[in-house]
Amino acid sequence: MDRKELTEKLKEIIKPYAANTEAHENLTEETDFIKDLNINSANLVDIVLDIEEKFDVVIDNADMERMLDVKTAIEIIETKLAAK
Amino acid sequence: MELNEIIKQLPYSEPFLFVDELLSADENGVTGTYTFKENLDFYKGHFKNNPVTPGVILTETMAQIGMVCLGIFLLNNELQSDTVIAFTSADMEFLKPVYPNEKVTVISEKMFFRFGKLKCSAVMKNEAGQEVCRGILAGMITKRL
Repeated sequence: MDRKELTEKLKEIIKPYAANTEAHENLTEETDFIKDLNINSANLVDIVLDIEEKFDVVIDNADMERMLDVKTAIEIIETKLAAK
Repeated sequence: MELNEIIKQLPYSEPFLFVDELLSADENGVTGTYTFKENLDFYKGHFKNNPVTPGVILTETMAQIGMVCLGIFLLNNELQSDTVIAFTSADMEFLKPVYPNEKVTVISEKMFFRFGKLKCSAVMKNEAGQEVCRGILAGMITKRL
């Protein structure tokens, strides 16, 4: 899966949780989940659980703590997929 | 774990404590009871001359027994001063009215507890064993948000 494809898949996962729909439409790698998309910490957990399910990976606490923007999320998913 | 110890850890007091007794608690869920005393203040206004327990109070009761008590159990009874509790979502159905002096039993099952988020599926039954309320509740029980 290339980076663009991965970003699109991630964007789809985030959609139901993004309170700011305009920021979601214009999502880039620089988009911050909390500051830009107004996602709260409870929904951030849901996003991470959806990522685990959709990509068939396991996210640990250390990854969770870093996963605050699209770029970091993609990097974590890429690392997990590569390790499979 | 002593079930009474869990209730002692609850961060609520009268008039907003809606847990009387815990009947069981384990890794997968909790069961507890509460009796809606007829002198509770909200009955004066909900409704005028026709006291019925408000849905928000039923939801709070479900959350205190089903989610917060379970959360304290899952944290090994260690609710410390820096633990943050926040109710984050509820998707409820109210099936039957609950009147003053009714005793209800809440049965909650853990759906998941990860990264500080606890999500539960819970039902509330009356003394006749009828379901009066059911729903999915979630909250954060964590050191920081």
